[in-house]
Amino acid sequence: MKCDRCDNDATVHEVTVRNGVKVEKHLCEACAAGEGIAGASLGELLTKFMTQEAEVGAKPKQVHKPRVAACPGCGFTFDQFRQAGLLGCPACYKAFETLLTPLIERAHEGATQHAGKVPKRIAARAAGREEEAATEAALARAQIRERQERLKVLQRQLDEAVRGEQYELAARLRDQIRKVDITIIPKPKGVQERSEP
Amino acid sequence: MVNRPDNPAPPPGGQPDPAAGFAVTEWLSDSGGSSDVVISSRVRLARNLAGHPFVHKATRDEREAVLQTCRDWILSTKISDRIMWVDLHESPAIERNLLVERHLISKQHAKGKPAPTAGTPVAAAEEPRGVAISIPDERLSIMVNEEDHLRVQMIRAGLALDTCLEAASAIDDKIEAGLDYAFSPKFGYLTACPTNVGTGMRMSVMLHLPALKITGDIDKVKRAATDMNLAVRGFFGEGSDAVGDLYQISNQTTLGKPEGAVLTDLQDAIIPEVVQYERVARRNLMSKRRVALEDQVYRALGCLRHARMIGADEAMQLLSLVRLGVVLGLIDEVNAKAASLLWLLVQPAHLQRVVGRELDQEHRRIERATLIRDRLRGT
Repeated sequence: MKCDRCDNDATVHEVTVRNGVKVEKHLCEACAAGEGIAGASLGELLTKFMTQEAEVGAKPKQVHKPRVAACPGCGFTFDQFRQAGLLGCPACYKAFETLLTPLIERAHEGATQHAGKVPKRIAARAAGREEEAATEAALARAQIRERQERLKVLQRQLDEAVRGEQYELAARLRDQIRKVDITIIPKPKGVQERSEP
Repeated sequence: MVNRPDNPAPPPGGQPDPAAGFAVTEWLSDSGGSSDVVISSRVRLARNLAGHPFVHKATRDEREAVLQTCRDWILSTKISDRIMWVDLHESPAIERNLLVERHLISKQHAKGKPAPTAGTPVAAAEEPRGVAISIPDERLSIMVNEEDHLRVQMIRAGLALDTCLEAASAIDDKIEAGLDYAFSPKFGYLTACPTNVGTGMRMSVMLHLPALKITGDIDKVKRAATDMNLAVRGFFGEGSDAVGDLYQISNQTTLGKPEGAVLTDLQDAIIPEVVQYERVARRNLMSKRRVALEDQVYRALGCLRHARMIGADEAMQLLSLVRLGVVLGLIDEVNAKAASLLWLLVQPAHLQRVVGRELDQEHRRIERATLIRDRLRGT
């Protein structure tokens, strides 16, 4: 394939989709460099990809080396762990979780989640929480049922009011239904309000 | 010094054997399932206390605190009928080595690890650490302040990983009732080294594979084991050679697979297959190369019966062939138990204990040969 700009062979291919329209560019290395499309090597791309996440929030153009704070439990740093091959304290697992997870994954045939025995105390604590959660869920279900019942009653009253041409009452009932109807839609958990930038 | 709360018995070994000064440690008793090939089964659980630095990062005072907490709890709870506690930092090297040879503590635990404190460096051997051992069976040992705060180990003769796991887990429950373990729902039991995190469990089986060694098929076993993410090690674990054709096969990964699944894989599938492989190799040697095999076995016996100086590794190797000969019925004047026991007695610390004094290397070689001659004399 020839370069879009000159007679050289195209070695850099870029495909972008803008507003649903696919734009393809096939360029030789020189023209690509001219357009600001670097003929990046796979290695470079990977490095870029790996550090991209860490670079969010960093000042642009700054040479970046991912830094993780020392463990709040024992003051051990990730570099010290690398040297010793051993962590400093149990809290290190939390402190270095992001950096540690890929290492753990490699050492344990891809596993990153414990399966098996759990200390009785922790199991009991978790069971306590589960019970709590179950109670909460039951309560929520009861509330929803209650509201649905209330809605049915209101709807019936509204229908009757409309039939009896009691428009003032009907308007009041409609407002009440709206109120109840909205409150039965549970707000999704974990979703935080966020304003657009 | 050695502190024996409810037992004034002799050094590790429980009931004394009048001939040697030692009982056969239970795991070397040539009993249990598949004992023609499987010497012993072992389960080890690594545990750490919440809120304490891991051992290598802990100062001497912090280690002392952990040691005291664990020792007090282990000795006050009914963990086993009779427990012997050894403060290793106050024990002589020979006593520590004796425990290593009996597989009750690791080599690393015998040596100790220097604390990271600045100032006057204290000898690693004097760093606070200990071990609790159930007596007289020596099935249970709990190392305190090894790489992890606690390492609970259960060892049994023959193929008995299920019994070991059950017993180790029960001990673990008793310890946990009084000590708060470091645990995360995501990573499981938190250990100093991330390669042990999760169940913290290492399951290993010691196998006697002389026929596979002779036929050269042992390399296939090693490769297959590695492919299945299992570790193959020698008699003394990590970094040791397979002297005496003794190999330990153990699980390498500890995260993502429950204890029971690791057990089933090893005990019901992998180990029986290796055992079968060794048995077939033995049968083939017997049917196709019988005279050559007899020659090897009797040369080994002859050498052991007549040598005047011998090293531990050479003795182990010859004893391996003798044991093979006994198991196959080629030799009937020695029993397998005697050969297995000698595996232990020819080790330097045991030998010196039997002789009753410290020996340099040359004298060890002489005394070792004498001991073997005495024990293998035709009866």
